[in-house]
Amino acid sequence: MSTADAVAKQRTPVRPARILLHVFLVVTSLAWLAPLLWAIFAALRPYSETSDKGYVSWPDKLNFDNFKNAFEQSDMMHYFVNTLIIAVPAVLLTLLLSSMVAFYVSRFDFRLNIFLLLVFTAGNLLPQQVIITPLYRMYLLIDLPGVTASGKLYDSALGLVLIHVAFQSGFCAFVLSNYMRMLPHELTEAALVDGASVWRMYWQIVLPLCKPAMAALATLLSIWIYNDFFWAIVLISTGENMPITSALNNLSGQYFTDPNLVAAGALLTAIPTLIVYFVLQRQFVSGLTLGANKG
Amino acid sequence: MTTDTNMKSPEAAAVPPPGRAPDDKRVPRGRKRLLTRRDRITLAFMAGVPTVLHVALVWVTAIASILLAFTSWDGIGFDSIKWVGLDNFQQLFSDNPQFWPAVEHNIIWFVVLILIPTPMGLFLAVQLDKRIRFTRIYQTAFFLPVVVSLAVTGFVWQLVYNPDTGLINSIIGANKPGHYIDWIGDPHLNLWAVLVAASWRHTGYMMILYLAGLKGVDPSLREASALDGANEWQTFRSVIFPTLRPTNTVVLVVTIIEALRAFDLVFVFNKGAQGTELLSILITNNIIGESSRIGYGSAIAVVLLVISLAVIIPYLIATFRKERQA
Repeated sequence: MSTADAVAKQRTPVRPARILLHVFLVVTSLAWLAPLLWAIFAALRPYSETSDKGYVSWPDKLNFDNFKNAFEQSDMMHYFVNTLIIAVPAVLLTLLLSSMVAFYVSRFDFRLNIFLLLVFTAGNLLPQQVIITPLYRMYLLIDLPGVTASGKLYDSALGLVLIHVAFQSGFCAFVLSNYMRMLPHELTEAALVDGASVWRMYWQIVLPLCKPAMAALATLLSIWIYNDFFWAIVLISTGENMPITSALNNLSGQYFTDPNLVAAGALLTAIPTLIVYFVLQRQFVSGLTLGANKG
Repeated sequence: MTTDTNMKSPEAAAVPPPGRAPDDKRVPRGRKRLLTRRDRITLAFMAGVPTVLHVALVWVTAIASILLAFTSWDGIGFDSIKWVGLDNFQQLFSDNPQFWPAVEHNIIWFVVLILIPTPMGLFLAVQLDKRIRFTRIYQTAFFLPVVVSLAVTGFVWQLVYNPDTGLINSIIGANKPGHYIDWIGDPHLNLWAVLVAASWRHTGYMMILYLAGLKGVDPSLREASALDGANEWQTFRSVIFPTLRPTNTVVLVVTIIEALRAFDLVFVFNKGAQGTELLSILITNNIIGESSRIGYGSAIAVVLLVISLAVIIPYLIATFRKERQA
């Protein structure tokens, strides 16, 4: 503590204003965390105790029973797997497709470049509900016997993957094309003169240089797609096929019969995002600001 | 941009009519010789596949929304599509008791977000941008609500608002029969209750955007201002804030879009029952509800689309024009 203090003193002298600021920030942070802490508190207490003593009371027993029950009773694992089946292909495909568009747009000065980029970016900014009515009809009309379990694009993981890819590739194409534009032009110019194919230029020269941006976008996309609620609520009809975030809505009525179980169930679904966030915090934040800084 | 010799005016880029396929490209002369036939096929594929997917699922459906808004269709067979002109809009504007409240709530949503959490996020960003200890811990606390899904946020806040067992009513003693304050059910309260949760999340988002913007502010500006004897507030108002202009634009656009997209929280809270109607909720309930009216739902979508494009297009044109000049 003392050495840390010394370092702090070197940076800025500790003034009363600073201390006041810290007090303010500690109080506000705690206020910000309060709803989450309240949920954790409720989830850790047995229902019998809280119904007896009320929720604002000193806890006699704290355990993970609610978490265990919420997880097992609702077969949560099944829904986590559903999410995985949707999110992994969606993230990979989005990155692949958007990097291809970005490569085309940033490296080849064709007449339609800006227009193409505009189409992608504007598409990503539309509210999802603008397109949902025709999309829902389209998904019902497209027959895919043998390809999906439902025989249609509707109510299938494939349908969700496609709309995620189509929608998110707008943002990613925008970010990646900005990133690729900053790479020195000589890199690809030289390769072109040497007779390298366009695909090699993309795959072996440009893409490896975009790793930081791709990592940031991958983190961001994983969390966004994991957290998606809307697409699955409308485009999936069978409760069993829902990814976890959307399934929460049904599960809370069916299996999470008391507030303690609801709290535990909701918190369980938040855990994967929190892990990704804490491990890849830097990527997440830089991804979020990559698009914003430029635009 | 890439090769300067091929620079075109920004107007030229905006001219191509919408819907033209990307394979209609004019290769600059110098390049043409270097690209083989196979390269050009590869390029067409690389640009074409993602574009077709994006256009088919996002833009074709958006345009279909517009067209269907002028029809009545039960969704069974294309023969039953009937042109009805402006009937859907007329019904929407004059007969639907939920429409105007929804428009009003979307506007309130935006006004609240821009007036409370946005300045709050800016304020926090300015404080956390001072070389302060534990800044990462504070940032994480404020940013956590942005990482957690809105669905989870909805459930967490329900635990706070629950009339019987919730935090607020338990503390103020309103959880007994006769004293209930129904934060989620009462149409005079529920929109504000949801907006507290939405603001809780929006603050962290704005904080991160502003923190990134502040990182880009030239430190020498701050020093010069301090040398001139300006105090902290004066420095912020006349030096820092004006340089944050690009960030402010992004913040404004993001906030408008968020207000138009608002859905998850309300759906989890009370499915958009009386008091919390939103345009997005009306569209969705029209699809998953029992009496799905495609044309009618599309008409609501068109209202949402028009408002969105009025924001998106000027923003993007300004952005891309600036980039061309850079």
